Amino acid sequence: MDDFLNAVVLLTNFVIVPATAYGAQLALGALGVTLIFGILRFANFAHGELMAFGTMITILFTWFLQSAGIGIAPLPTALLALPIGIAVTAALALVSDRMVYRFYRSRRSDPIIMAIVSVGVMFVMAGLIRFIIGPDDQSFADGTRFLITAGEFKRATGLGEGLALKQSQVLTLVIAIAVVAALFWFLQKTRAGKAMRAYSDNEDLALLSGINPDRVVMITWIITAALATIGGVLYGLDKSFKPFIFMQLLLPVFAAAIVGGIGQPVGAILGGFVIAFSEVTITYAYKKFITYLVPENWAPEGLVQLLSTDYKFAVSFIILVAVLLIRPTGIVRGKVI
Amino acid sequence: MPFLAATHMTGGYGGADIIRDCSITVEQGEIAVVVGPNGAGKSTAMKAVFGMLELRSGSVVLDGRDITQLAPQERVRIGMGFVPQNRNVFVSLTVEENLEMGAYICEHDIGENLEQVYQLFPVLKEKRAQPAGELSGGQRQQVAVGRALMTRPRLLMLDEPTAGVSPIVMDDLFDRILEIASTGIAILMVEQNARHALEIADHGFVLVQGSNRFTDTGKNLLADPEVRRSFLGG
Repeated sequence: MDDFLNAVVLLTNFVIVPATAYGAQLALGALGVTLIFGILRFANFAHGELMAFGTMITILFTWFLQSAGIGIAPLPTALLALPIGIAVTAALALVSDRMVYRFYRSRRSDPIIMAIVSVGVMFVMAGLIRFIIGPDDQSFADGTRFLITAGEFKRATGLGEGLALKQSQVLTLVIAIAVVAALFWFLQKTRAGKAMRAYSDNEDLALLSGINPDRVVMITWIITAALATIGGVLYGLDKSFKPFIFMQLLLPVFAAAIVGGIGQPVGAILGGFVIAFSEVTITYAYKKFITYLVPENWAPEGLVQLLSTDYKFAVSFIILVAVLLIRPTGIVRGKVI
Repeated sequence: MPFLAATHMTGGYGGADIIRDCSITVEQGEIAVVVGPNGAGKSTAMKAVFGMLELRSGSVVLDGRDITQLAPQERVRIGMGFVPQNRNVFVSLTVEENLEMGAYICEHDIGENLEQVYQLFPVLKEKRAQPAGELSGGQRQQVAVGRALMTRPRLLMLDEPTAGVSPIVMDDLFDRILEIASTGIAILMVEQNARHALEIADHGFVLVQGSNRFTDTGKNLLADPEVRRSFLGG
């Protein structure tokens, strides 16, 4: 019996808890991608950089607060800096729209042209980020690190395996749930939210109904910037902030949006968890887990790891390609790219 | 001066003119129907009246005000409602949300308008929480017409409201359109089912190659042997 419980705790500690937190972070990113696709009708390749930019601003302000001795211990100071990060990122998103995307929108350019344009915006933003904060790893997490440590868990339960619960993981989940609930309330219940959905559904009819497209686009960018910043900061608190890593996040975030059904907010959330759980379960070494469950002399000699963690991006890629081939509309029927 | 007077309209998309010297008028409480063979420019004439087409010459006057230069959204504000032929509902929004979006420009409480539309189309009240994309063709047309009625327009324009619906549904829709006209709203519509439409029309405009060929009351057009032979199949 103890062996079974140990196996469950082991899996929870190394797969379920981290994948849930990672999934929530991806979902927040994918929601932004899906909103831009649904309303502005292009795949925004600059979204990873938008997340990185928001996180960077939050980090800079966190450092300022830390140096001024202002904090909200045991919670991380970054939460206090988050609103500033969101505001500055929203401003950047609106400026990029004003300077770049609006021009192509007014010419009714092809979505593919918009997507390529967003690659250009991505490089400019990437340069800006490296110029301001540099390419290195930055740590900005403070406050309590663990809510439950592995040692405490072992002492409390008497099991051989420990279950550690990081504060960042719990925060990720709580904040993600709150943000998603607020977003859905906004989209379903408010006039502006309904106008956004109407515009996404049928642009011509929305214009006929007197919905102001500029306002819809503006609200979309602000919400997207907020989601990107929150997702990025939570990811940064959970792991660390490195511009290159955030650039790479673009792939799982896109995969999540497409797997879930692009243009569908519910799909983005589902997709986030599908991608996160696939990545973590496929790159986890099951040796110890199996050893607990099988008779002693059956224990595997190898690591029982399907893919090395170095290849975790391959997982998103494979899922992405498979979904595009088999069910291009995604889990929740979205638009076909 | 008629309530809506679109006179001598000439224009098209870019190159060639699709409508030439085309005139359409409607009085309040009346139904005017635009009929004609395929490619006669019926829908284009509707778009021209609603400002979705740049006119090279001619003018559109609503209730004594020249609105030739007004954008479509602005025309909605001054009391024109337009039901396009295709993609005329928000398929992913519920019926009620569709109607709410119709009244997006209204600042005041829209509860009363909503009740009126539900009175006209009781089935929509039953299905208020259902996405419009899940409704049947006829019900969808009701949503489309209801959406345009939400701003309480003085002129309602319908582009082939009965396209693709069954004859029974068509009769029902025509009944509702008569009911709407009886409240004093001017109705301008394009119809494929020329005979049926002319039966309920006060005025008919027969367009051929973008120009007016015959203009008369619906009854007279139905009785005219030449119109019958050319456009109504004998």
